Amino acid sequence: MDTFFSFYVLPALIILLKSVVLIVVLLIFVAYILYADRKIWAAVQLRRGPNVVGPWGLFQAFADLLKFVFKEPIIPSGANKGVFLLAPLVSAVVAMTAWAVIPVNEGWAIANINVGILYVLAISSLEVYGVIMGGWASNSKYPFLGALRSAAQMVSYEVSIGFVIVTVLLCVGSLNLTDIVMSQQDGLGTRLGLTNSFLDWHWLGLFPMFVIFIISAMAETNRPPFDLVEAESELVAGHMVEYSSTAFLLFFLGEYVAVVLMCALTTILFLGGWLPPVDVAVLNWVPGIIWFVLKVCFVFFIFSMAKAVLPRFRYDQLMRLGWKVFLPISLFMVVATAAFLKLTGFA
Amino acid sequence: MLNGLEAIFFYLFAFVAVGSAFMVISSRNPVHSVLFLILTFFNAAGLFLLAGAEFLAMILLIVYVGAVMVLFLFVIMMLDVDFAEFKSGALQYAPIGALVGLILAAELVVVTGGYVLAPQLGSGAAKPIPDLATRSNTAALGDILYTDYIHFFQMAGIVLLVAMIGAIVLTLRHKQGVKRQNIARQNARTLEEAIEVRKVETGKGI
Repeated sequence: MDTFFSFYVLPALIILLKSVVLIVVLLIFVAYILYADRKIWAAVQLRRGPNVVGPWGLFQAFADLLKFVFKEPIIPSGANKGVFLLAPLVSAVVAMTAWAVIPVNEGWAIANINVGILYVLAISSLEVYGVIMGGWASNSKYPFLGALRSAAQMVSYEVSIGFVIVTVLLCVGSLNLTDIVMSQQDGLGTRLGLTNSFLDWHWLGLFPMFVIFIISAMAETNRPPFDLVEAESELVAGHMVEYSSTAFLLFFLGEYVAVVLMCALTTILFLGGWLPPVDVAVLNWVPGIIWFVLKVCFVFFIFSMAKAVLPRFRYDQLMRLGWKVFLPISLFMVVATAAFLKLTGFA
Repeated sequence: MLNGLEAIFFYLFAFVAVGSAFMVISSRNPVHSVLFLILTFFNAAGLFLLAGAEFLAMILLIVYVGAVMVLFLFVIMMLDVDFAEFKSGALQYAPIGALVGLILAAELVVVTGGYVLAPQLGSGAAKPIPDLATRSNTAALGDILYTDYIHFFQMAGIVLLVAMIGAIVLTLRHKQGVKRQNIARQNARTLEEAIEVRKVETGKGI
């Protein structure tokens, strides 16, 4: 009985505790990311943004949460009830599941598995199901069109994301997310005789792939300028038209958690994860998680500015960009990177 | 054999997989069938993980659940087939179906019965080389596919490419008189050739 406790119950409790801490921190972070998104967007348009609830509007996201939770949930009479209720759950749960393998500092991952990057890719390709299920189950025209669009869009951009990840993996030689970060300690900068710095990270050596990854990540998470799935001017709100109260909140939450996940993935693959920008004593004193969060915020700022300044793509332009521009470039870069590593013996 | 937590998870995944596979063929709505099929794939991935084949588990999720099933769902949602009507004539195929089922069941009994009657059969099964403890199965699979059997692998890829091009050729239709967008030409346009500024006198028109 004693061994049963120490072998099964105790590890399970520890994992449970870690997961709860991660989810709570993540949700609070997402609440402020949402606030930052609205503030940045407002600043670009010379508005003030949320500024009423709490000092500088800091509690706006929590006020929205309460509002959604206390609203009456409405299920359309023609909807497929089971799938209709399952869809927002799938969307939110899947987005949070992927965080199980994300290392936010050295050794700070709930599951440090060998195929971490494949796991993230697999889970992020599942996010489309929330949208498709919601769009179909609503039994309404706009949501259905949104679901069809999202199915085609996500499958298209996953291809280029996959190839971008392959180029990074070629340079690293491991599928483990912690190994990917650690391998960025030395790189281009140290080969030129400099100390370990931000020049070693993959963003410089694989710059075209860095750009393709950020753009594909925007398309994959349905962020503007690729938000054709929920384009207000054409589809009202796409798959979310028929949703209200908590179900809508879950869709919204799932979307933002997925966006932050993509920012974290960009940080890990290209911006050196928790590594300090320059390897000097003062910067090394700062805990790694601070660097990680700062980098995630930086990538999110790019996402947010893209939303604020760029007009929405037309659907055929979106498909053209994915299949005729990104796919050939990333395919070529996979071959070129592999050939370069083989010929120069860098790997 | 299986014990403790591993056994619990094995039976959980196995029962849910079989149950949802049954729901795939018994549910009346084709979209529900596809959703249950996705659940089946999930549990199959779980079984792969228990067997230590983490790479196969993830690839099953990425390829089948992430891509194939999305297209499947896409087609079924678009077609809106009335399956009740479709199923009404299905009973005439029952004898053939029963025969196939019987053969499969008999084969399963022979295979599993063999292990029960002659336990030494298990020792003849192939062991992973090199041992899983020394090499991750992602690297081992990569060695086999991309180093040992690279030519066969490339050939299989070419066969698939030919099939894909064939499918595109079969469905390609060239319509006459369709206005197409030439992106390169659009990007090459300059301000001078695109617009013309004219001075228009008041009340005259052009």
